[in-house]
Amino acid sequence: MFSLIEPHLPILQVIVPLIAAPLCALFGNRHLAWVIAFTAASISFGIACLLLASVLDGSIISYEIGGWAPPWGIEYRVDAANAFLLLIVSLIGAIVLPYARRSIEKEFDRSTHTYFYVCYLLCLTGLLGVAITGDAFNVFVFLEISSLSTYALVAFGADRDKRALTAAYNYLIMGTIGATFFVIGLGLLYMMTGTLNMVDLSERLAALGDNRAVHVGYVFILVGLGLKLAMFPLHLWLPNAYTYAPSAITAFLAATATKVAVYVLLRFIFSIFGFEFSFETLTLEYVVMPLAIIAMFAASIAAVFQEDIKRLLAYSSIAQIGYILLGVTLLNHTGLTAGIIHLFNHAVTKGALFLAVGCFVYQIGSSRLSDLKGMGRLMPWTSAAIVIGGLSLIGVPLTVGFISKWYLISASLEAGSLFIAGLIVMSSLIAVVYVWRMVETLYLEPAPAGRQKGEAPLSMLIPTWTLIAACLYFGVNSELTSSAASQAAHAFLPPQQIVSGGAGQ
Amino acid sequence: MLDTFTSAWFVGHYNYWMTIVLMMIGLYIVVSRGNLVKKIIGLNVFQTSVFMLYISMGKIFGGTAPILTDNPDEVYSNPLPHVLILTAIVVGIATTALGLALVIRIREQYDTIEEDEIFDIEQKMAGQPESHSPIVQGGER
Repeated sequence: MFSLIEPHLPILQVIVPLIAAPLCALFGNRHLAWVIAFTAASISFGIACLLLASVLDGSIISYEIGGWAPPWGIEYRVDAANAFLLLIVSLIGAIVLPYARRSIEKEFDRSTHTYFYVCYLLCLTGLLGVAITGDAFNVFVFLEISSLSTYALVAFGADRDKRALTAAYNYLIMGTIGATFFVIGLGLLYMMTGTLNMVDLSERLAALGDNRAVHVGYVFILVGLGLKLAMFPLHLWLPNAYTYAPSAITAFLAATATKVAVYVLLRFIFSIFGFEFSFETLTLEYVVMPLAIIAMFAASIAAVFQEDIKRLLAYSSIAQIGYILLGVTLLNHTGLTAGIIHLFNHAVTKGALFLAVGCFVYQIGSSRLSDLKGMGRLMPWTSAAIVIGGLSLIGVPLTVGFISKWYLISASLEAGSLFIAGLIVMSSLIAVVYVWRMVETLYLEPAPAGRQKGEAPLSMLIPTWTLIAACLYFGVNSELTSSAASQAAHAFLPPQQIVSGGAGQ
Repeated sequence: MLDTFTSAWFVGHYNYWMTIVLMMIGLYIVVSRGNLVKKIIGLNVFQTSVFMLYISMGKIFGGTAPILTDNPDEVYSNPLPHVLILTAIVVGIATTALGLALVIRIREQYDTIEEDEIFDIEQKMAGQPESHSPIVQGGER
């Protein structure tokens, strides 16, 4: 039985949630819809585990859709890098669902819950599809499937705060501009090469050499994806979208959506354009890296001044994306490993933090810092989760944040820049300030009189603490994540291509 | 005569010039208009320009529709960009529909679809203006 299914795992990864979505809508019952959604997400997670296990030794799975051979047909291609990402996305997708069930009850009307699960599954489908596909145009299609469902999911927050609608609208405008830029870039590449298959593209681009149209295409793709992944000056949609979306969705998006966009960027930078393309090295070093560093500081400082804990964490997310991009733009193997490992670590940390904030929203209906005074004693488990997650954001040892910072700093030393290593430490100190603001509010301020002690339901606490536990476990034992990230870095950057200092030779 | 005319730099790339013009018009509408429906229309114009870019690159002089005929010397246009753009059109329709649906909900909740009025309402909702650091300011709009 299994041997029959096994060769089709790559397509099943995407098909299972895709089929489950209309099933949810057909049955119409919100309990049944949840069961279907959770089953589909769990199956996806299982498939992602199997795929990762079979590519960790460095092999590559290529799946031809409809039996059409690659450069003509659409190819699904699984290597260590995207298998790792598939695992992250499907893991978060499966963990958030049990949480969402209780969380959304208090956040919007029950009659729309079924459609919430439909959108959720479609979003999951899109993100998994982006990760697994080996066809550049297919990336666009899946990116839009996930983005369109994300806009709808953000708008679900409108019952609690109508600003969710304008947040979703602005996200739609910017997201669509980003996606359209991406398509323009692809069009230019297609004009020059006549192919859309990623492997084929990289070979033909290498043969083509330096070319103005390719440069323009590259910049369009960089800006388009920059909008999707909230690269610093293009991040304006993110704070509002994260603040007003339902709590479960904020956690899901923060942990997956931007990460998937980062992956696509890495795929284009390293696998498709490659380092022979010196224009790329220049833009990365002189445009993206400074922007990443500005993001680390500016967004962290902005986070310090926020009054809403969700918005505070949203700004922190922008800063963390800065760290990921910084690791990547150091253009050495350790840096790329650091970027990928931080991709995972930040997904776990920020997912856990937003889930914990959702517990507060469930209990007291607000995520404003002024309403959370003294909650450390009233909701001890949730508050403890915030503290541990916060420590991980700073990068305290024994949390995953430390592992990321360690790799980042060693990568910048390897690139010969003590200055950048210093900047990483300094921006982490700003993180201390905003994390301290949360801790101070929760533990050192008196609770308003008459508020009852009471924790969020277990079905919300368990997912939160599962992620917190992962945050601690992978902080102590980083064997698994660092080897997977290192394998992933190899998949992007074959060892023979690694040149110290990064400049293509 | 006609050849030299069509290969002139402007006319030869007529489609591409128009693509750029449309692209800029669309993007300008999105950025400059405060009316939420007009923004969606601008987005549509912007996306349409990309459709034109793709379709133009698939066209070959003297090429026919890509249907197999008995003549082995037949020149065909490239069908792939057409297929891609069919997909992109579907995505565009979905985006427009979702965007307009959001505008309807915004109109129900805010009683206006003008961006600056919505901005004022949101400022009042926040009670006091939220604390801003310089880079946050743009993010509020």
